[in-house]
Amino acid sequence: MIKVEGLSKNAGAVEILKDLTLSIPPGGITALIGPNGAGKSSLLHCIAGLDRPTSGMVRIDGTDPFSCPDRERARHLAFLQQSQPVVPRLTVRDMVAFGRWPHHGGRPRPEDAEATEQALRAFELEDLSERPLEVLSGGQRQRALVAMTYAQATPWLLLDEPLNALDPRHAHDLMRRLNDLSHAADERSVVVVLHDINAAARWADRIIAMKDGRIAAEGLVAEVLTGEVLRDLYDTPFDVLVHGGRPLVVTV
Amino acid sequence: MVERRVLWLVGALIALSALFLLWQLRAPMGFILSLRGTKLASLILVGAATGIATVLFQTVAGNRLLTPGIVGFDALFVFIQTALVLSLGGIGYATLPSVAKFLFETGALVGTGLLLFGGLLLRDARDLTRMILTGVILGVMLRGLAEMMQRVMAPSEFAVVQQALFATFGAVDTNQLWIAGALLGAATVAALRLAPALDVAALGRDRARSLGLGYDFLMLQALALVAVLVAVATALVGPMTFLGLLAASLAREITGTHRHAAVLPAAGLMGALILVAGQFGFERLLSRQSALAVMVEFFGGLLFLLLVLRRRSV
Repeated sequence: MIKVEGLSKNAGAVEILKDLTLSIPPGGITALIGPNGAGKSSLLHCIAGLDRPTSGMVRIDGTDPFSCPDRERARHLAFLQQSQPVVPRLTVRDMVAFGRWPHHGGRPRPEDAEATEQALRAFELEDLSERPLEVLSGGQRQRALVAMTYAQATPWLLLDEPLNALDPRHAHDLMRRLNDLSHAADERSVVVVLHDINAAARWADRIIAMKDGRIAAEGLVAEVLTGEVLRDLYDTPFDVLVHGGRPLVVTV
Repeated sequence: MVERRVLWLVGALIALSALFLLWQLRAPMGFILSLRGTKLASLILVGAATGIATVLFQTVAGNRLLTPGIVGFDALFVFIQTALVLSLGGIGYATLPSVAKFLFETGALVGTGLLLFGGLLLRDARDLTRMILTGVILGVMLRGLAEMMQRVMAPSEFAVVQQALFATFGAVDTNQLWIAGALLGAATVAALRLAPALDVAALGRDRARSLGLGYDFLMLQALALVAVLVAVATALVGPMTFLGLLAASLAREITGTHRHAAVLPAAGLMGALILVAGQFGFERLLSRQSALAVMVEFFGGLLFLLLVLRRRSV
């Protein structure tokens, strides 16, 4: 369980997170949606222990990510950020293998190599494995980064806009894989920031909608994805249809 | 493949060193070999220390254009040496035991380097322009302070400072070679031990931290090693700004990898190769004594401009 209580975060004079309190139960996919500047990425950074909040508390399965040793935290929670610098000459295989760092700390074991291969297979990266990241397309690079997070083999996965630069097929495949992971026997809990509301509608188990650094709505998909909530969230009218038993959102 | 390329560099350095020692060797052989050996050792030590320091610094800075010299690490060394001469006097400085003096200067550089560059550069690490400007301004300020101290010195003290500050391989203190060699060896072993962690650190602070790397502590360790290596190189022959850039860039091209376990030794070997080959060419083939430092700076500076322009066009 991720618990956040009274969380506030200031960037200079600007309050980007305002006294947030929320709980994310383990298992399934929790989607964070909301307009640009709502504070979604800032919230993930605080939960991942990368940005210390101005006030408030974060607990991941009862552990404070800011007082927990770095490697221990990284064995429990993997975080894929939005923008990633590309290291020249870094191959896809080496990038994915970095996901095993929290487990071996620089002394890779055979099981780490196996986990890397498994991640490469899971994201169909075998053919690209020896290519440097700088020659890949944005979408291929994004798959490699998600594969690295997957190889980290943590109970919690935090992904900040992982569908960026992915074509519809690979976006669908990624969300399907996250769905499989989050509902498998060794279930992993996925928290994902999405701008594609229909991807959230199709794959999420729960949705947290944020606006202006606050929680605007949270709950099951059908509870959050209503025309009224979405209009207030994005200041734009939406129609919510039903397709295959799931909401389908279209702008009016 | 990568390992083989590093071994090629080792072979090239051994062959070149043999050529440097034995080319047109005449009697008295023992004396000439001893002179050439001292010079060869200083060239290898300075080249290796500068190459390794530059790769480490580029990882700390997250930028492959920077060298410790560009952001003022050398200037800090100049400042420390000048301050030492001013406070102890020319004779006091000159009569200090060379090993103790060397160790004190290295310690002072590590301490102040961590304080100044660790604080300022790491804080600005995400903003390249600000980081370079911070470093350059720090360098200018330190050089200005050193110059101010030099202006109020007695001429004899000024001569002592000048002797210490110009890059020359002709007058290396043999006592310092041993301690420099030991420090370089220890720093190289420490750097290689950090190599896998430095690979992760190259991904950037947030990504490395989310992979469980103790990023800030690692960066301080790397900066301390940079300070030791810069001290080794600068104390032996004086400041050389662009040698490291040449060595690190060529090492990356030759190894073709991002892995520090290969790039660090390759940069050390490349730095040594450039200096030994350059000194051999100028001294033995062209009969020029002191042109090496100037030429290395010239070509290193050209490479810096080329890399900046290429980066801008990308």
